[in-house]
Amino acid sequence: MTSTQRTGQQPRRLPPQPGEVIDRDRTLQFLWNGRRLSGYEGDSIISALAAAGEQVFSRSFKYHRLRGILSATMHDPHCMLQVDDEPNVRAAHRLLREGMGVTSQNTWPSLHLDLKAVTQLGGRFLAPGFYYKTFMWPRRLWPTYEKVLRQFVHAGRVDQSARGERYEKRYAHTDVLVAGGGPAGMAAALAAAQAGARVMLVEEEHQLGGHLRWANSAGAAELADQVRKAEGIHVLTNATVAARYDGNWCAVIQREPAPGEPERILKTRTGSLVVAAGLIERPYIFSGNDLPGVMLSSAARRLIALHAVAPGERAVVLTANPEGDAAVAHLERAGIEVARVVDARTGGNVRRARGRKTLQQVELTDGTRIEADLLVTATGWTAPTALLNMSGAAPEYVPQAARFLSSAQPQAGVYSTGGLVGDGDAEQLHQHGAAVGIQAAQHALRKRRAAVAATPTGVPATENESPSSPGPVAPLPVPEHPELFRSTTHGMVDFSEDVTSRDLESAVREGYESSELVKRYTTVTMGPTQGKFELVNALAVIASTTGKTIAETGATTWRPMYTSVTLGALAGRNYDPVRYSELQPWHASHGAVPLVAGQWIRPEHYGDPVAEVKAVRRGVGIIDVTPIGKLDLRGPDVPKLLNQLYVNKWSRLAIGRVRYGVMCAEDGVVFDDGVTARLGEEHYVMSTTSSGAGAVWEWVEEWLQTMHPDWQVHVTPVTTAYTSINVAGPHSRRLVSRLTEGVDLSAEEFGYMRVRTGRVAGVDESILWRIGFTGELSYEIHVPASYGLHVWEALLSAGEDLGVTPFGVEAQRVLRLEKGHLIVGQDTDGLTKAYSAGLDWAVKLDKPDFAGKPELVWQHEQGSGHRLVAIQPVDPGVVPEEAAQVLFPTGRIGGRITSSRYSPTLNRSICLGQVERALSDPGTVLDIRLADGRIVQGTVMPQLAHVDPEGTRLNNDTGPEAPERWADPVARGSVPAPGPKTSIAGWEVSTEQSMAPLTLADVTPLVKISVRAAPDGVTADRMPAAFGQARPWGDRLLVVGSGPGEWMVLAEPGERAAALNELSEILQDAEELTSIVDLTHGRALFQLSGESAAELLAAVCAIDLADDMVPDGAALRTNVAGVVTDLIRHDEEGGRRRYLLHCERSSGRYLHATLLDAGRSHGVAETGYPASGSVIRR
Amino acid sequence: MMQLPCPWCGPRNVTEFRHHGPHSPRPEVEPASVEQWHRYLYLQENPCGPVEERWYHSAGCRRFISITRDTYTNATQPGEHP
Ligand SMILES: [Zn+2]
Repeated sequence: MTSTQRTGQQPRRLPPQPGEVIDRDRTLQFLWNGRRLSGYEGDSIISALAAAGEQVFSRSFKYHRLRGILSATMHDPHCMLQVDDEPNVRAAHRLLREGMGVTSQNTWPSLHLDLKAVTQLGGRFLAPGFYYKTFMWPRRLWPTYEKVLRQFVHAGRVDQSARGERYEKRYAHTDVLVAGGGPAGMAAALAAAQAGARVMLVEEEHQLGGHLRWANSAGAAELADQVRKAEGIHVLTNATVAARYDGNWCAVIQREPAPGEPERILKTRTGSLVVAAGLIERPYIFSGNDLPGVMLSSAARRLIALHAVAPGERAVVLTANPEGDAAVAHLERAGIEVARVVDARTGGNVRRARGRKTLQQVELTDGTRIEADLLVTATGWTAPTALLNMSGAAPEYVPQAARFLSSAQPQAGVYSTGGLVGDGDAEQLHQHGAAVGIQAAQHALRKRRAAVAATPTGVPATENESPSSPGPVAPLPVPEHPELFRSTTHGMVDFSEDVTSRDLESAVREGYESSELVKRYTTVTMGPTQGKFELVNALAVIASTTGKTIAETGATTWRPMYTSVTLGALAGRNYDPVRYSELQPWHASHGAVPLVAGQWIRPEHYGDPVAEVKAVRRGVGIIDVTPIGKLDLRGPDVPKLLNQLYVNKWSRLAIGRVRYGVMCAEDGVVFDDGVTARLGEEHYVMSTTSSGAGAVWEWVEEWLQTMHPDWQVHVTPVTTAYTSINVAGPHSRRLVSRLTEGVDLSAEEFGYMRVRTGRVAGVDESILWRIGFTGELSYEIHVPASYGLHVWEALLSAGEDLGVTPFGVEAQRVLRLEKGHLIVGQDTDGLTKAYSAGLDWAVKLDKPDFAGKPELVWQHEQGSGHRLVAIQPVDPGVVPEEAAQVLFPTGRIGGRITSSRYSPTLNRSICLGQVERALSDPGTVLDIRLADGRIVQGTVMPQLAHVDPEGTRLNNDTGPEAPERWADPVARGSVPAPGPKTSIAGWEVSTEQSMAPLTLADVTPLVKISVRAAPDGVTADRMPAAFGQARPWGDRLLVVGSGPGEWMVLAEPGERAAALNELSEILQDAEELTSIVDLTHGRALFQLSGESAAELLAAVCAIDLADDMVPDGAALRTNVAGVVTDLIRHDEEGGRRRYLLHCERSSGRYLHATLLDAGRSHGVAETGYPASGSVIRR
Repeated sequence: MMQLPCPWCGPRNVTEFRHHGPHSPRPEVEPASVEQWHRYLYLQENPCGPVEERWYHSAGCRRFISITRDTYTNATQPGEHP
């Protein structure tokens, strides 16, 4: 050791080493426990500290023993430090940065004077099972125990005031994922890429090379260079494949992927997984094996080779393998004195290590004592088989090798190479890796070809056939290694949990003979290292105590995640879709209190729900009921479908008529209700509850597709194609008539439960329903959604003199409760059959069949179940809580209150409740137990309606008034248009143009016509695009094959007539059921344009958008940020990448905002309607 | 995460689908006995091994599809029913 080369600042820094990763020209200053130190760029925090002469970094968990370097890797249990406001930083991995404030954790008041270390004095006090035994009783002392125990928790401090960080997740797709960038992993990656596979190579450390970096740094650099230059290999360093799940779905954790982003998860789907995780050196058990200065041979070599740091001054080396022998040479080359080489293969052994704070003396089993500050051990390896275990493999312990080996490949698509399967020289490792790489590539490419062929958008690559199947991979030699676990003394087994070999022996003696039980009892392998260092030693100690073999003792299951992952990365960005009506911005700006109802954001009230109720009863109110589900049904067999799904009869519903219907599931439980109207000969619109819309649609499709594929019916959801407004109150006829043209609104012509179509406030194709939920004369107006705001504002201005009042969901709930209308899901639950919901009148058991009939026949015969009744508390001022219990006089529970409110109309409390039959007779006075325990009385009413049971309020004889003149309505896009605006074909659009390389534009004004027909009929033959394709049709139309037997025809704004013309021409003599539904107002349509569009989508969409899977002209439907979205690749002129995305209009705002947010790191910019005015034409 | 082989769309993540349980045909209402209905509605065999299941590709083609899934390994292949 030539001390002249050691500076005062970095006394342990060695002269330049071949392959070192530090940049000596760039000195970094940092603070260590308040002291100013310096290191070099490329140093880890620990290597910089070690260069500065620091040997002690932390205190242990239970005994608060001083700890130094063990492995000098990310997993080193002794090198977890606090860095600024971040606790538990893996400091032997984290790179040094200028100005870092580094402190030790788990120490008080200081690293070297730690009061908690007194626990060491009462060593037996913390015997295994200590926590269970000591703190069990008495229970009342738990709070005190907790305070004591909390002192022992090892962890840093979390700065509560620290600003939140940004985390995101991404989807990734590759053919071959290689976990581990050592020689075998790199060889596998190179070979796989050469075979034509897309490869992702993931290396935990900051450089490729693995152990070659210190064994043969030139060789490592050369191989790494080949990998970096190879085509088709995506290299991620400082990243870990932390988990593998079904279908080769892997969690790749990227650390510090971007400034300000601490970690990111890549949810990676790979064809083949190659596990090349290498080996972790195993500590040796002897007294003092955790003293600072005792370290693994690989740690010493890392420090010297990568960071040019002397791990000590005078060394003893315990070696049992060639790596240990090489460490001796390495230390000597670095100028470190090797005082003694103890060769375990010839009987040498270390008995104990001694030292006050750090290592001072090594005692051998032959009694020799050697003064030394460094003891290097090389006694064997642990195979980190985690990913193989997660793939279903069960690696076996091989005594000859003294480690677990994975002999068989666990399953097609999962491979392993390198130290996990055997030993070998560099050449052997390379050959094995390459052979496995080719095998993995061929499997993945076969899988990929099959996927492309099975995918309607896929275009098979025209490239040559894959190379002929490679021969079997020649196995790596099984290593020969002595089984060395423990010396003649006891020492630490689990360094992060402070579990010693003595603890394990005593646990076994206490009767915990199974390794799984010992693990839970002693917490061995349950600390941050999760078995990486201690697993095999623990098994060996247990085995020797029980007298079994290690193989018999078993292995511990490796579970995800393999490395520690921040909770932020696991949580990622939260995609929680919300839906808005067109009117929600109006509601928000008029004082509406938002109510979250399922995915919908709705107005609960506008400040005074009681006033809103009174306005409806006395004058007229309007409510936004857009979320009500609507299904467009077409075809000759719609009545069959309605008869099958509703419990009541549907055969003779005349055109222009509306009927209320109830649906039950097959178990007879009420599932949804709503009204259905017949608009034309073979055209119906079904309405559903807001929350049931999706389920009813699926239920309808299930019946049509699986049970009655012979029925000729097409279903199209049109829930948000319309803005739905209920106009209710005595003046509603007068108000609606002022807006409506083409419909006679007189009571005689347009009676209750009738439907008409006409023009409302200048908006054509509006549907008017005379129905209501409030008991008042009322109309439900469905207007094409883009005109929703226009019509809402027209109602407000036309009804000013009538005192028109917007009302929210709360007022509507009071009104319907006054009228006694049930709400499915509120007044019924998952067990309420139709006869328990007061629906006896609706159920028609004389129908031959309907969903739920057998169960309802049974319920009818048994007379079983509760009854729905109206209840009025005797004390009119008491409003029982919803879910309050209804009691028999004996106190037995006999039902519950399902809805309750104070009625402003009756000035008393009113309820609906489900009660047993014995309590359901009108006039019964029953007990209601309130939440506070008080019991009040209530009277069962003769009918469900509290207000106007005779229904006279519907017979309102106001006459219609003459319609006013309305200006041309303005159609609005699905998101607010930014900046200056203009009008295109009656649509208000933004003229703002962004020059950003990636832009998002609202192109909702495009005409969107849905076409349905048989997937394999004559229409399908004639349509210009097959399922999965988007094809131009002339230069004004784009036909998208959006589903089997389902198309979307897109046209420039205002070109609806042209599109319908073209369609009618090819559909006219098709002689099969074809349906054409205009969804222009029902879908939000966006254009995402720019080369990095696919990268943005990878944050929100799991589909592989590679050119062979989703080429230009491809169309598919999938999940985008949690919203079912149609994705069309329609590249621009000149080949610039472009996607059109469309979803339900009510999800448009959410999708738009989410795409802008997810694209921030790609610089996405919002832009107006395309300046060229054309989206379809290229 | 599993992928399911949709006969229309190709392999897709299982989260795009809704599970509709093992394939079991609905009895005809009239001749069916109470016991048959009881079996159809409430009794499931839940075997360990291959089961033909119905899935609804709700976030894709919106077709009901038939898939044979091994409940032990999660290995899937197209089912026999349409
Ligand atoms: Zn599908």
